[in-house]
Amino acid sequence: MEKRLIVSSSPHIRSNITTWGIMLDVIIALIPATGAAVWFFGLRAAALIAITVISSVFFEYIMRKILKRSNTIGDLSAVVTGLLLALNLPPTLPVWMAIVGASFAIVVVKQLFGGIGQNFVNPALAARAMLIVSYGSRMTSWSEPLSDIVSSATPLEILKNGGEMPGLLDMLLGKIGGSLGEVSAIALLIGGAYLFIRQVISWHIPVVFCGTVFILAFVLNPDGFDILYPLYHILSGGLLIGAIFMATDYTTSPMTRKGQIIYAVGCGLLTVVFRLYTNMPEGVSYAILLMNVAVPLIDRYTKPKVYGGGTNV
Amino acid sequence: MEEKKGLLSIFTNGIIKENPTFRLLLGMCPSLAVTTMAKNGLGMGAAATFVLVGSNLVISLIRKIVPDKVRIPVFITVIAGFTTIVQLLLAGFLPELNKQLGIYIPLIVVNCIIFARAEMFAQKNGPVAAVIDGLGMGAGFTLAITLIGSVREILGAGTWMGIPVTAKLFDPAVLFILPPGGFLVMGFLIAAFNKLADRKKSETETQEETGCAAGCPGCSKAMHGGEA
Repeated sequence: MEKRLIVSSSPHIRSNITTWGIMLDVIIALIPATGAAVWFFGLRAAALIAITVISSVFFEYIMRKILKRSNTIGDLSAVVTGLLLALNLPPTLPVWMAIVGASFAIVVVKQLFGGIGQNFVNPALAARAMLIVSYGSRMTSWSEPLSDIVSSATPLEILKNGGEMPGLLDMLLGKIGGSLGEVSAIALLIGGAYLFIRQVISWHIPVVFCGTVFILAFVLNPDGFDILYPLYHILSGGLLIGAIFMATDYTTSPMTRKGQIIYAVGCGLLTVVFRLYTNMPEGVSYAILLMNVAVPLIDRYTKPKVYGGGTNV
Repeated sequence: MEEKKGLLSIFTNGIIKENPTFRLLLGMCPSLAVTTMAKNGLGMGAAATFVLVGSNLVISLIRKIVPDKVRIPVFITVIAGFTTIVQLLLAGFLPELNKQLGIYIPLIVVNCIIFARAEMFAQKNGPVAAVIDGLGMGAGFTLAITLIGSVREILGAGTWMGIPVTAKLFDPAVLFILPPGGFLVMGFLIAAFNKLADRKKSETETQEETGCAAGCPGCSKAMHGGEA
């Protein structure tokens, strides 16, 4: 392209925060959860994670080449997408399905809409939703952690269909059935704390999201008063990984604090509605996807007033 | 207009250059709703083609005696007549297909391809040209939705026209028979078709008319040509 005078809008002052740096922080924050996944589900999980990440980067590279755009694999965003997608897959998933998921996340959801910053929903979550709709039974066949026994129910399925719940300590550590990265609450919380300390995310979305789920699950508990019930809801399923890593994605979350709180309350409300009142045991991913779509609307109604300026539109 | 070469180009016009589904983006509702199987696409296309040819012929014949102000109600009456014939024929001879296509057969009455051709072509041309145009547009529509149906059926169910084709090479992705898969396949096919059609055009024509001067298709050309 020829050189021209570029008149850009504000902000004109730049910090030294780069996409690369933020993505690196997210990857570091995901290391405990990834480690827990490999510890609980073995080398198969490690292979699944590695292949999903590599294929995501590969698809990103190929798509940018085909679309004749500058290549963006250096900013690590494709690595984050691949890693998040992998952590949202069940340990027994065939490898080729994970590759299909990665191609959907990168090619359809991310690059066809213009690449990083342009996607209207979270690519990893959209790919997960696509895989769940397409291969329902494969995406919900769990395996017992630390063994090869297939088909152990997730805590949410037990919660819904009855049965013996695992102990709170097992749930905190992650010795439960579930997707690779969602099982270990403690690992996810460590990652969240790291992101918070590094100021990559603020506390608003994760805390309000989980808080809404806690309060609603407590109030709407079908079996009456039980403080353990909402705790189970917080610790099981994809809530923590969703609230900390997926809902806080910059591109698909509101810009203002007020907007973020509305968005997080919406995520929590929808999660509880899906978990309690539909035939699906889990609803975090659909809740976040739906609220992703509502973000432009939320942004529009929470636009801050111009300093000293006229009326709000 | 009535010479042989002209008629051929009227026919092919509907298949490639002004393909109703991929180029004019008309008739989106049946293109998305009934294309879960290739067979349904074919059936829907055939039914629509019949109505299109019939209504184009009749509207072209009566074009000089219909006052301009009441032309739309007259068109609807003609189209509804042919649609009724199609529905009764389907119900009588292909009850299964009729059940599959369901509400979308009566909805041919308000199918915008048929309206568009009545308004844009049959009204202004002789009966022979109008019939050829109906055939071309019908063929284009049938090909397009059969193609969409084929892609969705093969990917989503592993069969084509009801026959297993993928030989269990991969688990079919149910998504493609569901509505989101319809939109996805449609989007990809429109993109591919436009890419191919534009390439063909840029070889023959140097300048392409876009914008409002080129009428309705010009707008979509201007929109797609700019950034994409």
